[in-house]
Amino acid sequence: MLQNKSFVKRTRGGKITKVVREHYLRHDIYCGAPICKVCDTSQARLSPTPSTILIFDTNVVLNQIDLLENPAIDDVVVLSIVLEEVKNRNLSVYNRVRALCSNSLRKFFVFSNEHHKDTYVTEMSGESKNDRNDRAIRVAAQWYQTHLAGSARILLITNDKENKRKAIEEGISAETVESYVRSLSRPDLLDLLVQPASEDVNMEEVEDLRPSKRKIIYTEHKPMSEITSGLHRGIYHQGKLRVNRYNPFEAYVGSESIGDEIIIYGRTNMNRAFDGDIVAVELLPQDQWHEEKSLALADEEDEEEDVHLVPGSADDAPRTTAQPPGSAGVTEPISSRPSGRVVGIIKRNWHSYCGSLEPMAMPAGSGGVAHALFASKDRRIPKIRIHTRQLENLLDKRIVVAVDSWDRLSRYPSGHYVRTIGQIGDRDTETEVVLIENDINTRPFSSQVLACLPPLPWSVSSEDLANSIRQDLRQLRVFSVDPPGCKDIDDALHCTSLPNGNYEVGVHIADVTNFVHSDTPLDDEASQRGTSVYLVERRIDMLPKPLTEDVCSLRADVERLAFSVIWEMTPEAEIISTMYTKSVIKSCAALSYIEAQARMDDSRLMDPLTTDLRNMNALAKIMRERRIQRGALTLASAEVKFQIDTETHDPLDIGMYQIREANQMVEEFMLAANVSVAEKILKHFPLCSLLRRHPTPTREMLEPLLRTAAAVGLNLDVSSSKALADSLDSAVADDPYFNKLIRILATRCMTQAVYFSSGDLSPPEYLHYGLAAPLYTHFTSPIRRYADVIVHRLLAASLGIQKLPTIFQDGNRLTSIADNLNYRHRNAQMASRASVELHTLIFFRKRPTDTEARIVRIRSNGFFVFVPKYGIEGPVYLTPRGDKGGGEWFVDEQQQKIRKMDGSMSYSVLQTVFIHLEIVEPQPNRPKLQLTLV
Amino acid sequence: MEYVSPEGLRLDGRRPMEMRQIRAEIGVVAKADGSALFEMGNTKVIAAVYGPREVQNRSQQLNDSALVRCEYTMANFSTGDRMRKPKGDRRSTEISLVIRQTMEACIMTHLMPRSQIDIFVQVLQADGGTRSACINAASLALADAGIPMRDLVTSCSAGYLNSTPLLDLNYIEDSAGGADVTLGIMPKLDKVTLLQMDAKLSVETFENVMQLAIEGCKAVATYIREVLLENTKQLESRRGI
Repeated sequence: MLQNKSFVKRTRGGKITKVVREHYLRHDIYCGAPICKVCDTSQARLSPTPSTILIFDTNVVLNQIDLLENPAIDDVVVLSIVLEEVKNRNLSVYNRVRALCSNSLRKFFVFSNEHHKDTYVTEMSGESKNDRNDRAIRVAAQWYQTHLAGSARILLITNDKENKRKAIEEGISAETVESYVRSLSRPDLLDLLVQPASEDVNMEEVEDLRPSKRKIIYTEHKPMSEITSGLHRGIYHQGKLRVNRYNPFEAYVGSESIGDEIIIYGRTNMNRAFDGDIVAVELLPQDQWHEEKSLALADEEDEEEDVHLVPGSADDAPRTTAQPPGSAGVTEPISSRPSGRVVGIIKRNWHSYCGSLEPMAMPAGSGGVAHALFASKDRRIPKIRIHTRQLENLLDKRIVVAVDSWDRLSRYPSGHYVRTIGQIGDRDTETEVVLIENDINTRPFSSQVLACLPPLPWSVSSEDLANSIRQDLRQLRVFSVDPPGCKDIDDALHCTSLPNGNYEVGVHIADVTNFVHSDTPLDDEASQRGTSVYLVERRIDMLPKPLTEDVCSLRADVERLAFSVIWEMTPEAEIISTMYTKSVIKSCAALSYIEAQARMDDSRLMDPLTTDLRNMNALAKIMRERRIQRGALTLASAEVKFQIDTETHDPLDIGMYQIREANQMVEEFMLAANVSVAEKILKHFPLCSLLRRHPTPTREMLEPLLRTAAAVGLNLDVSSSKALADSLDSAVADDPYFNKLIRILATRCMTQAVYFSSGDLSPPEYLHYGLAAPLYTHFTSPIRRYADVIVHRLLAASLGIQKLPTIFQDGNRLTSIADNLNYRHRNAQMASRASVELHTLIFFRKRPTDTEARIVRIRSNGFFVFVPKYGIEGPVYLTPRGDKGGGEWFVDEQQQKIRKMDGSMSYSVLQTVFIHLEIVEPQPNRPKLQLTLV
Repeated sequence: MEYVSPEGLRLDGRRPMEMRQIRAEIGVVAKADGSALFEMGNTKVIAAVYGPREVQNRSQQLNDSALVRCEYTMANFSTGDRMRKPKGDRRSTEISLVIRQTMEACIMTHLMPRSQIDIFVQVLQADGGTRSACINAASLALADAGIPMRDLVTSCSAGYLNSTPLLDLNYIEDSAGGADVTLGIMPKLDKVTLLQMDAKLSVETFENVMQLAIEGCKAVATYIREVLLENTKQLESRRGI
C-alpha cells in the first residue's frame, strides 16, 4: 500500500503557528456502489441499481437536514470534506447526518474523498478554503461520474450559483435543491425546504405594504471579533441565556465574569437570542436596572402566567425576581440585580419545536404558498414564521417546526415545517408532544437490542444456583411492597429474628446486570435512555418489556436473581454488620402499600409475614427518627394521583397521593441500602464511583421561603439542614395544613439532587443535603434507572465478582454518562409533570369545580394560589387583565399582603380562599385552566 | 473527539493498524563512530555514537564492563513554537535514562571493560513517538559503529483511543489523553527491553495494545535490518570485496 505525503498548513487563533500534519492518500477507498466492478463492494451502502446518485454540498447539508432525513431522499454519497465542514459549523447537524449514514435502512454512503488518491486536491495559491472545498466536491463528483461510467447518473446538489456554474462547465450535472425537489413532484417535501435567502426578499415585500412594520426591529449583532475582544476587556459577559418559563419576556444569563445573573427584559434586549443560546451580554447603565416587568410586557403582545403543576424543586419553580412589584406613586429603590442586553450570539441552540399554527384565514392566491405564524408549545420560544403549501391540513394539527434564520427586520424568526404529529387536543397527540419536547426516545427497541435478551421464557437455571458467587436465599420469607399495579418490581425485603435477639434485614434488588452486560447494544440503549418515564397513562421503559416486567421483576412465587444487601441490626436499629451478595430469592408476596399497611394495622393478624412487616416498621421508625435527628429534611411535595378509566383512558378522579407508614418503611430501607452501597463502592473506587449529591441551597435560593415565613410571623433558621429541619418541625399553627404548606414551599427552594462521578469533586461536596447523608447513591431501582445499573457493576467489582468495565477508567466518559443521566432524569420528570398537567386539563374540561386554595405569592394585580387537592398552582387576578394593578390594589411587600385602597378587602400570603376552576379557551387550540375567586 | 472515523480512518488517513512511513539513513555524522537518521512520519531524529573509547571521568570507570552514556536533546526548532529549552530538564533526563537503559540491555558491555560508549540523540522534528524514534536511531547508530550487540533493539508506540488500539501515535493522537504504550523489543531474542505506559488500561485491552506494539516493533526491525544489509553491501563494494 503506497502512501503519499502532503502537507497541510494551519494557523490557530491568537498565536500564529505553522502546523504540519501528515496526510496519507490511499488506494483502498471504495465507491460504495454495489454495481461497481473495480471496488470492493462488501461495504457498499447504495442501492444495487441506483438511477441517480446524489452528492450534496456543505451548505445544503447544513440547511436542509430535515429534507435529507426524509426517506424520499436516498442513494446519497456524503463526502468526508462535507462531513468535516458540517462538523465544524454545527455539531447537531453533524450527528444527524452521521445517524443517517449508520442507519441500515437508508442508503447513505460516506466517501472519504480527502484520503482518496484521485480525489484529494491541494489548495491553489489565492484560493480560499471554501473555494478549495467546493472544488474538492466537484472533483469527487467527477470521479464518481467517470468511475461508474454511465451506469448511474451523478447529480451534484448545490445552492451556490458559482459552484453550480463551474460544475456544469466541468460536465457534472448539478441542480439546486429546489429544482431537484420539484422534479420529484412531491409537494409535501417542498415544505421541508429551508427558504433560500433570496426568497426572503419576497417576504419583506409583503411587509413593505405595512410601513409601520418596515423598521429595523433589532440591533445588529456584533461581529465575532468584536465580541471576543469585548469579552477579553470585560465589557461584555458570556453566558447561557435562560428564558423564564413563566414569562418569556424575561431572561437570565448566568455570568461567571460577574458572579451573578444578568437579567434581560424584553425581546428587544434579548435581541433574537433563544433559550439555551450562548450569548454575549452588555450591562445596561445602572439607572436602567429597575426596569419593570410591566414595562417589558407593555410593548409586546400580552401574555400571562398559566396554571401549572406545583413545582417540585427550585429547578422548575418560576424564577422570582428580587425587586418588588411596582405600584403607582411609590419611587422604587434601584434594583441591585444587573440587567443587560444581548449584543451577540456566540452559539445558537436552535432545534425543532412542537406547537401549532396561529389560526388564520386562508390566503387568496399566492400560488398555494401561505405564510403562517407558528406558536410553540414551549412558551419560552417566540413565534416562528413558516411557509407552507398545505395550510388547510396543518391548521388544526400539532406540528414540528425548525428555525432557520432571524434577521433584524422581522419581529419573528423564520423556519420551516418538519412534520405533523396529529390533531390538536387529541390525547395521544398531546402526549407525543410532551415526549418530543422532553427529548424522550419512544422508538421500539431495535432488533440488535432485543437480540441481547436471554431466551424466553426465562427461569433460574441450575448453573445460576450452582454459581459460587450466588447465595441461595430461596428459603427466606422475602416480600415486596410497591404501588398497586406495579409490574417492574425492583426491590424486595426480608426480616428475620436471630436467636441473639437481633434482626437480619435484607434488601434484595433485581439483578439487572446479570442480563444487561456492558458494551452490548442493550446496555448502550439503556444508558442513552437513562431512565424509564412514567406518564399518567403510559410507561416508557428503559429496558425491553420482557426484562422489565418478567425476567428482572421480583414477582411473587417465582425464583428470581437478586443483588442483596443484608444487615444484622439490633432491635435499636444499629447496624452491626453489612453483607453484599448476589443471590437467588423467591418472593412470597407482592404487596401493595395499602395491603401492607392494612396487614400492619389489623391487630388480629399474627401470621409470620405480618410479624415481619411489623418488626421492619418498628426498625424503620427508629431509623427515620435518627435520620431526622441528623438533620434530614422531611420535605413535602404535592404529588397527585389520577384514577384512569380503563376503557377510555380518561381521568376519572384526581387527588393527593397519600403517603402511608408502609411507604416510609420501604423508603427507609432503600435509603439505608443506598447509603451502605455508596460507602462500599467509594471505598473501593474513590475516583470512579457514581454518587448522588444534593447541593446545599444558598441563602438567596431560600429567600422566597424566608419572606413568606416572615410575613406570617415565622422565623426559620436556615443555617444548616438540621436547623432548618427543626424550625420546619416547630412551624405549626392551628391550621393542620400549615406545616405541610411550609414544607412544600421549602422543597421548591431547593435544587434537585444530581448524579456525579466521585473523581470530579472533593469529598465535602458529596453531601446530600436533603437526606443529611455525607454519601448517597442510587442502587435500588436498576430496572428503571441506569444509574443503578452502573452502581450494581461497581458493587459487583468491589466484591470481586465481576471485572470493572473499561468505561470506568475513562473519567470523561463517566462524567458525560452522569450528565446524560441528569438530563434524562430531569426530562423524565418534566414529562411526567406535563402529562399530569395534560390530564388535569382533560379532567376539568367537563367538570368546572369550586375548591379551597392557599395563596402562595402576591403580585401587583393578584396572587398565586396553590390548590392542595389537585396539586396545581396558578394565578388569580383581582383586576381585569391589561389593567396592571391600576391603583385600586396596593401591595404590602413587607407583610406579603395585597390590600384594596379603600381598605375594604385584603389578602395575605398563606390565607385560604375559595376559587372556581374552569377550562377556558381564549385562543383557539390553547385551552387552559382559569382560576377565579368565588 | 473523533480520532477514528466510522469509516475506519484516522485523522491523517491511516487505518488503526498502520504505521507512519519510516525512513532511515546510516552515516550522517562523519565525525562520529556510528550515526543514523531515523524518520517516522514527521518525527525525525538523529543519533551519533562515540566509542568504545577511554573513560573520560576515571572515577566512573567500570572494571568489568563498558560505561554507556546517553544524552537526549530536542532541537529548538523541533516543535512548531521555537522555544529555548533548558538543557537537562526533567523530561529529557528521563528519556536519556530510558534510552540508556534500553541500549545497555543489548550492548555486550562485558566485552569492553574500562571503556565508555556515548550515545547522542537529538530530535530534529517532533510529531509524536520521539522516544521510539530515538531508540531506533540509536540502535542503527550502534550497529553502524560496530559495537557488539546481542540483538537490535527496535521500538514502536501504540495507543488506545475511541475504543480502538492504534499503532504509532502521532502528536495529535498522543496528546489526546488516552493510554500510550511505548515498547522496545529485541526481535530475535523475543525479549522486551522497554515498556512504558501512561494512563490506565484494563489488562485485556492492554494485551491487545501491546500485541499491536510488538507487531510494530517487528516491522521496524525488518526495515532496519534491510537498511543495515544495504549499507553493508555498499561498504563491501567500496572495499572491492
